Amino acid sequence: MNLYDFIFYFFAALTIVSAFFVVTTKNIIYAAFNLLLTFFGVAGIYVLLGADFLAIVQLIIYVGGILILMLFGVMLTNKITNVQIKTEASFVIPASIGVGLFAGVLIAILLKTEWRNSPADIPISTLVPIGKLLMEEWAFVFILLGVLLLIALIGAASIARKE
Amino acid sequence: MSEYNYTLLALLVFFLPLLGFLVTILLGKKFSKIYLFEVAIITIVLILSIVIGFFKLGFQVDERIISQFTWIDLKSAGTPYTSFIIELGIVLDNISVIMLFVVSLVSTLVHYFSIAYMKGDPRFNRYFAYLGLFTFSMMGIVLTHNFLMMYIFWELVGVSSYLLIGFWYEKDSASDAAKKAFLANRVGDLGMLAGLLILFTTYHTFTIDNVFGQIALGVLPFNSEFWLTIMGVLLFCGAIGKSAQLPLHVWLPDAMEGPTPVSALIHAATMVAAGVYLVTRIFPLFTGDALLFIAVVGALSALIPATIALTQNDIKKVLAYSTISQLGYMIMALGIGSYFYGYFHLITHAFFKAGLFLAAGSVIHAMHHEQDIQNMGGLRKKLPITYATFLVFCLAISGVPLTSGFLSKDGILAGALAFGSLTGHYLITVVGFTVAMLTAFYMFRLLILTFHGKPKDKHAYDHAHESPALMTVPLIILAVLSFFAFYSFNPTTAEKGWVFEKWIQTPESVVPESARYSFMVPESEIRDRKIIHSETYTKTVHDAHIPAVILSLLLSGFGILVAFTIYYWKKISADKIANSLKPLYKFSLNKWYFDELYDKTFIAFTMFLSKILNWFDAKIIDGVVNGAASVTRGFSKISGGFDTIVIDGFVNFSAFFSGLVGIVLRKMQTGKVQVYIVLLIFSIVILIFYFSR
Amino acid sequence: MMEVGLQHFLVVSAILFSLGIFGVVTRKNAVMVLMGIELILNAANINFIAFAKYGNFGFDGQLIALFVIVLAAAEAAIALAIVLNIYKNFATVNVDEINKLKE
Repeated sequence: MNLYDFIFYFFAALTIVSAFFVVTTKNIIYAAFNLLLTFFGVAGIYVLLGADFLAIVQLIIYVGGILILMLFGVMLTNKITNVQIKTEASFVIPASIGVGLFAGVLIAILLKTEWRNSPADIPISTLVPIGKLLMEEWAFVFILLGVLLLIALIGAASIARKE
Repeated sequence: MSEYNYTLLALLVFFLPLLGFLVTILLGKKFSKIYLFEVAIITIVLILSIVIGFFKLGFQVDERIISQFTWIDLKSAGTPYTSFIIELGIVLDNISVIMLFVVSLVSTLVHYFSIAYMKGDPRFNRYFAYLGLFTFSMMGIVLTHNFLMMYIFWELVGVSSYLLIGFWYEKDSASDAAKKAFLANRVGDLGMLAGLLILFTTYHTFTIDNVFGQIALGVLPFNSEFWLTIMGVLLFCGAIGKSAQLPLHVWLPDAMEGPTPVSALIHAATMVAAGVYLVTRIFPLFTGDALLFIAVVGALSALIPATIALTQNDIKKVLAYSTISQLGYMIMALGIGSYFYGYFHLITHAFFKAGLFLAAGSVIHAMHHEQDIQNMGGLRKKLPITYATFLVFCLAISGVPLTSGFLSKDGILAGALAFGSLTGHYLITVVGFTVAMLTAFYMFRLLILTFHGKPKDKHAYDHAHESPALMTVPLIILAVLSFFAFYSFNPTTAEKGWVFEKWIQTPESVVPESARYSFMVPESEIRDRKIIHSETYTKTVHDAHIPAVILSLLLSGFGILVAFTIYYWKKISADKIANSLKPLYKFSLNKWYFDELYDKTFIAFTMFLSKILNWFDAKIIDGVVNGAASVTRGFSKISGGFDTIVIDGFVNFSAFFSGLVGIVLRKMQTGKVQVYIVLLIFSIVILIFYFSR
Repeated sequence: MMEVGLQHFLVVSAILFSLGIFGVVTRKNAVMVLMGIELILNAANINFIAFAKYGNFGFDGQLIALFVIVLAAAEAAIALAIVLNIYKNFATVNVDEINKLKE
């Protein structure tokens, strides 16, 4: 068991355990902090897969942006004065059975399938090739995404604003 | 210039007028000055076509530039047709390049003329839009390299002509004339369509060059030369309609209801010349018999309208009949194998006849829309520029030396003389010379009655004034172009001019040699592209030239002299001649009763037929329909009973059953998305198990 | 234990995906549902990047993962705006109490 494997198992365990807590805990604030750990674990997995740029992006956008946004959502929808941050769960039993079955089937398929396996040599930094691709081949998609974000901003503002 | 540049310029010339039309018609209501856009566009088109003409005729005379693409290819669609390809494209050869210049020049001049002539018209912008549409369709006819586009733009030209003739549609006479023109054209186009059908079933292509190639290889419709002749004659029917040849000429004089610049553009210079252009384009596929038919039609169309023009009193009607007569001349020239002179006359005629119409427009404008020449006279002093240009045009059309008309007309007459002596069809020669005399007579009659003598209508005369520069400058340009110097250095013959020597060669006929005129089969073994007539023919034409010149000069001089004697010096009273030849005079004045004849035959027959059909409809069809209705009613009663008992019972039962199912299923519809997701997951698992089996 | 390869990453992603779905299905609070959705998206991203590396497909997989992150950000913003709107209208964010879809 070399170092690479060890680090992988560490991050995989971190991701799965914290994700499990995210979906089972009753306290919404705990859920949010566990989600942070999950994102961190996923970022680690990205690094193991040679996607350093994406790992950084993951940390910046998910942890710095989306998670904060969700905490804001929690605060705005639970009156600060009488904190009701405990939430309940419903149909736990049918959902457990369904999801358990689903996961089992999925993992069985994954293990049974013969995947194409020719690992690529990933350069030390992926920043330069990704930047080039974004500006050349995928430039149109890139611009489109910018427009999409703008529309999302406007849409979110117009939905959330007071009448 | 490279081929690519030519194609690009030609496409610009082709589609710019369409742009002008669209912009002008769409924005015409909003911007009152939008017509200037159309005028600018047409000016650009003129410049571009001059550029094309300059480079093509100056540097690449012998090239044919074709640019095409495959529009429909049924072979690649996997159909059983072995060869079914329709190509669209344009061709730039000397004929089309020269025609391009003629069309755009006359069109531009007419645009400028119209700015002054149509001033104050409520539908000013729409008028210019229609002119743009017309120019676009005419460019299509000129540039096309296949029969299909030719037919499409043929119809488009008909539409724009219809719109422009009926431009003042408040006048009943104008809208009637538009309909008449459209219908008369339709008759000719029907023939053309039939010809195209024969052509396409035989050759499976519309591309003109490919058709020629296959004919040269000996592929004939239904394997007979006779059907080749029929096909040629049917295609020529289109030209009969559009070029107003006998017996479909009746629409052209009525078309004079349209604005006068339109008459100059469409009904004198360009659209009516499209028929002649068609014949020149497809000249190689006509057999000798078809050409003889064409020559006879042309000769009749030259003679009969010329006799009608002698007695008409409407300035535009005289010009209209003279147009038919001159078009007949061109058609006749092509029919007797005098290809070059037919085409040459088309060009020279386009300039001086457009000029005549524009000058007439200037006169009408000055006289406040008075068109009867009996009410004019003495306008020479009031309209000096119009008078001078009109005189030049009259000399040109009468074939007086030093004018362009002399060059082209003389060639035709020499050709007719040679044709007569070679084949024995002397009647055509006689007709040619007679028409030359008649033309000189009626043109000078028109000139004298309009511009000389004493004014008949004192009031209108006093108010007459020379037209603005926008109207006189086009006249001057056209008058200058009516001189010989633009076509040949030698004022007596066009044979040494560059037009004949370099630009236009008679294309070799592709029909089997046995089906051609005997004189169009080369005698020598040398099959040079330039030698397509037999040496005898070339020699005969050359010999016929001098006698033809002398004879035609004598005859037209005689015609002019008679005109002056009767109308200027008044030595012989016109009324006296009319009285002594009363039946002939009335016959001519009433246009040989063509309209009445068609009224009594075709139209009466159509009315009769429609009455019979109406009766058939009312009695028999309605009876059948009513009978069917009562049967249906009885049947529906029976089926109604069946409906209420059996069908309704079934329907009610199924409704009850669905209600039952609904009660059960409603329990599952909680309205909560999460429940649905759980169900979805279960379904996916089940599906995976099902498919992994 | 065998050496860490493609299948290990895929299994992690599959577990993350299932947990995400579990969260979406069982949680009552709309914000928690959103967290579940983020987990699902992350699972998909791991797949993209893993396939990009082990399938030797160049950088396209990473780029698509990047785009997914961008879309997730946009989606979170819109979804939270909707949650706020629901809160204004129903005075609750518990999705099981919002069953207008039934009628």
